[in-house]
Amino acid sequence: MIIQQKSDIAPSEITPKEVFENRRHFIKQAGFGLLATSALAHSHLLLAADNTRLNAPSGKNSKSILSLPSFTKTAYGKDEKLTSYEDVTTYNNFYEFGTGKSEPAVNAKLFKPHPWTISIEGEVKKNKTISIDDILKLAPLEERIYRMRCVEGWSMVIPWVGFPLAQLIKWAEPNANAKYVEFVSLADSQQMPGVNLPILDWPYTEGLRMDEAMNPLTIMAVGLYGEKLPNQNGAPMRLVVPWKYGFKGAKSIVKIRFTEKMPITTWMKAGPKEYGFYANVNPQVEHPRWTQSSEKRIGAGLFAGRIKTQMFNGYTEQVGQMYAGLDLRKYF
Amino acid sequence: MHIKQLLRRVPNKIQITGIKFSLFALCLLPLARLIWLGVSDDLTANPIEFIERSTGFWALFILLLTLSLSPIRMLWGPAWPLQFRRMLGLMMFFYASLHITIYLWLDYGFDWADIIKDIIKHPYVLVGASAYLLTLPLAVTSNQYMMQKLRERWKQLHLTVYLIAILGVVHFWWLVKKDIREPLFYALVLGFLLGVRLFYKLRQIKSKSDKTRKIKLPVSA
Repeated sequence: MIIQQKSDIAPSEITPKEVFENRRHFIKQAGFGLLATSALAHSHLLLAADNTRLNAPSGKNSKSILSLPSFTKTAYGKDEKLTSYEDVTTYNNFYEFGTGKSEPAVNAKLFKPHPWTISIEGEVKKNKTISIDDILKLAPLEERIYRMRCVEGWSMVIPWVGFPLAQLIKWAEPNANAKYVEFVSLADSQQMPGVNLPILDWPYTEGLRMDEAMNPLTIMAVGLYGEKLPNQNGAPMRLVVPWKYGFKGAKSIVKIRFTEKMPITTWMKAGPKEYGFYANVNPQVEHPRWTQSSEKRIGAGLFAGRIKTQMFNGYTEQVGQMYAGLDLRKYF
Repeated sequence: MHIKQLLRRVPNKIQITGIKFSLFALCLLPLARLIWLGVSDDLTANPIEFIERSTGFWALFILLLTLSLSPIRMLWGPAWPLQFRRMLGLMMFFYASLHITIYLWLDYGFDWADIIKDIIKHPYVLVGASAYLLTLPLAVTSNQYMMQKLRERWKQLHLTVYLIAILGVVHFWWLVKKDIREPLFYALVLGFLLGVRLFYKLRQIKSKSDKTRKIKLPVSA
């Protein structure tokens, strides 16, 4: 019998299950006649409120085979006010499951994150593969409460469960030519309806400089709120780089490739003027679409206003030295 | 019943009032829904964005509805729906005003330095702000008194509605990150509505010049 080490705060204590399960009620749109035709295109907004109920965590009984091994708490973000489980799991971007923010929670329901294999390629001693089960045994899991700043101007505070990427890199044994790490997400058109649309150049690809990847803040997350990672948040394993905009955190990773040259990421291809390789959170570097000097904290309420965005999302102390002498306007 | 037959039946005054009132009530439904969702705390994880998107959508939708009344006359004949243009136009202005108010107040908390920066630095915001400023003179002159006072100039002034619609669609298009299907749909609808007008205008010009040629022919012969 597996005895799970209980974390001091159960997710249910942070946000009572009844609260997030029953809070939102969907109001059916009716009798618009002619309006309905056009409203169809608008429907992902109209339906947004409906998704949450489908998606509340299903409770202890579903946790059997894929429940997380024990993890330890850390001091990271212990004073932050957490974004609710409901908001974290129903409002996010995961274009493989649709471009609306409430779509991943609905469209990823039948996604199968197990069994799962990750291949290690490129500038390594030897190409190899590893299963998600073995990855979970590589390093002890820990909880890290990180701020997440989306390039679109909103932010959250998320209690991830994961391990430092450095541990996985150590196991992967990159050679001396390895200067960058590329992360490739799954692009399975059977399971991921969004992949059928040519909106991005699939598969989703992200990358980090080697020192960024080895930074102690960089983690591979396999869970959140003490539970295994929900499908819509990038199950079974995703990258979390808290001082960079959220899109750097590749989800449902199937391949890790070490390279000598800087990888061209998906968003760099999609909009080279808007998305750079570094994508460090920086209130001084403007984006052509969204204000980057301030942000809306999800869950803060209608009248909370905006909060000032911090340099490197507030992690300057831990990561600032990596960019000394780099022109952050040029290398945005 | 065929749509042509239906449209040929000109409603009487009481029916017109009834239709007008129903349209007015329908136009208020999106607002009622927002209030309802607000009261039941159902405005999604990002309520401000949700309200901004919703009011912006309905402003554009009602504007397109307003602009579809002339093509209905051109394509099928009935002129009586044209008398709803003012009310629908003002409804569009109402939703656009809500949209702007939410942006200035809830989104930016009247932080004018940030707002001005946002407008100048982000093309889609600039386009949207311009579109709204252009609606102001139209809203102010949407009454009998101003119509009679301005006469021909009133007509010219209200032609800006086409520019406003184009800016509205561009505003939506540019705010979308990558999936442009929705704004593309509205661009096509607007293209159709403006295309019908252009087609009929050109036909009018052509038939006029044909007439003058016919008159001139015997003279030159």
